[in-house]
Amino acid sequence: MMDAATAVRELSYAQAIQEAMALAMEADERVFLMGEDIGVYGGAFQVTGDLVERFGPERVMDTPISELGGAGVAVGAAVTGLRPIFEFQFSDFAALAMEQIVNQAAKMRYMLGGAVSVPVVMRFPAGSGTGAAAQHSQSLEAWLGHVPGLKVIQPATPHDAKGMLLAAIEDPDPVMIFEHKLLYKMKGAVPEGRYTVPIGKAEVRRQGRDLTIVATSIMVHKSLEAAQMLAAEGIDVEVIDLRTVRPMDRETVIASVCKTSRLMCVYEAVKTLGIGAEVSAMVAESEAFDFLDAPIVRLGGAETPIPYNPDLEKATVPQVGDIVAAARALVTGAR
Amino acid sequence: MAARQKQARQPAEGRNLPFLYARFDADALRGALRKMHLIRQFEEGAEDSYMRGLIHGTMHLSIGQEASAVGICLGLSDEDQITSTHRGHGHSIAKGADVSRMFAEFFGKTTGYCRGRGGSMHIADVSKGNLGANGIVGGGIPIAVGAALTAKKLGTGKVVVSFFGDGANNEGAFHEALNMASIWKLPVVFVCENNGYGMSTSVARATAVANIADRAAAYAMPGVIVDGNSVGEVAEAADAAIARARRGEGPTLIECKT
Repeated sequence: MMDAATAVRELSYAQAIQEAMALAMEADERVFLMGEDIGVYGGAFQVTGDLVERFGPERVMDTPISELGGAGVAVGAAVTGLRPIFEFQFSDFAALAMEQIVNQAAKMRYMLGGAVSVPVVMRFPAGSGTGAAAQHSQSLEAWLGHVPGLKVIQPATPHDAKGMLLAAIEDPDPVMIFEHKLLYKMKGAVPEGRYTVPIGKAEVRRQGRDLTIVATSIMVHKSLEAAQMLAAEGIDVEVIDLRTVRPMDRETVIASVCKTSRLMCVYEAVKTLGIGAEVSAMVAESEAFDFLDAPIVRLGGAETPIPYNPDLEKATVPQVGDIVAAARALVTGAR
Repeated sequence: MAARQKQARQPAEGRNLPFLYARFDADALRGALRKMHLIRQFEEGAEDSYMRGLIHGTMHLSIGQEASAVGICLGLSDEDQITSTHRGHGHSIAKGADVSRMFAEFFGKTTGYCRGRGGSMHIADVSKGNLGANGIVGGGIPIAVGAALTAKKLGTGKVVVSFFGDGANNEGAFHEALNMASIWKLPVVFVCENNGYGMSTSVARATAVANIADRAAAYAMPGVIVDGNSVGEVAEAADAAIARARRGEGPTLIECKT
């Protein structure tokens, strides 16, 4: 998907996103950024950084603390020909803007008979681990993934963060990006220049024979770490980075489960009624069902708000040790 | 409140003529009168079909709000844009929609404006600047502000009108949108068609201020009250608001009491 052979360097996840936004704004006058404190302050997580100095306050627009109105303004701008990228300061604040996201952005193209499209990108810093407690730590991607008309992505690496954001900006439909806050400082190889990573395609991060782990966002890294430890015990784990919540990559997941005969879903969001349920059902409804040698396992967040105390906070979301233990039990049948 | 409504219902003959004659030619005025009649007859036809069970779902008529729709749109070109409401048939017709495609939509046909996907509450005609009616009270207001942001950024000279009812003025979206339109001086005109009730609940019971236009003061924009049944009064207020928007001076809130 790269336009030309380009040099690859190490960038942080946040820098990769910033670079994607800068490239898009350089290439297309219609692209602009909106959000709370994204201008001189540089964004709550310094993702927009100094972009306001390069592109000016007209294209890196600070908004009032008005998530509902701001999201609606972005939708209206998108419908009339611009390409807004709207940053929520925390993904939790999606709750304030659900009307515009769910009833307007997601539905306009279909409901108006194709008369308009809504090429808006919304970015959501998500997840726990920062001690920000219950209202600033949630993983709400399944909420939005439930709504036809939205595309929902969760890039797990700096490379994908840049490539998927550039794909999102090109997309004619609303794309919601959930960025785990603990990934912002993670470094990884990122090609220079423009490239896109397709929305709707999962990536096999590690090949294995004994078990398929389908993981999202930061859980991809925890699962890879767990897979490394399990390899020492002779358990060979395949790790799939789902990357896109909607539309979900059915083929990659099913092909993997047909090969390994076991499935575990690992995600940070609350376990019930979430992405793990969807992946499990997708597999159970498919030809992979006949290949299953063991019940499907879901490893997700606890059924509580995210607590403040750091030990409790860790205990509410799957950790590497939890993944190792659950995978071992699943493969050895010691359940 | 009662006294003001009584006054608003007095016949409007005479006092609206000077502005209209000064601003619009005979063809435009004939066109406006024709559109007001068309809206009334269209709505009567829609109601008849609905009551006979020919139309599925929900139907909100704009009988009695013809003058506000037509008076506002009289000063707009096809390039200028509107967002509309669940009670939006009149706005669509005033903005130049083809009534046969509207009716086709009511009947769920692919020849309708939304190819049968939207129905009465979602008529849009982008070629005439109608960005769409909306089933969510207040939902179109921030979208109109976004369209006005596009107009300002691209320098198109377009003005955007956001129609909404009195009920919408108690939605958060109304307040957030008016504030942003004002701080960014966007070319948008907010038009509240105050028919006195949000379903069963009167404005007096639902709204803390006596006039919805009073809320404009909170967002540092002009708030204008007009008799929504007087096309001349509406058109005169719209003309000033549209001119102000085109000059880059920002939004206006017009309250049409119908």
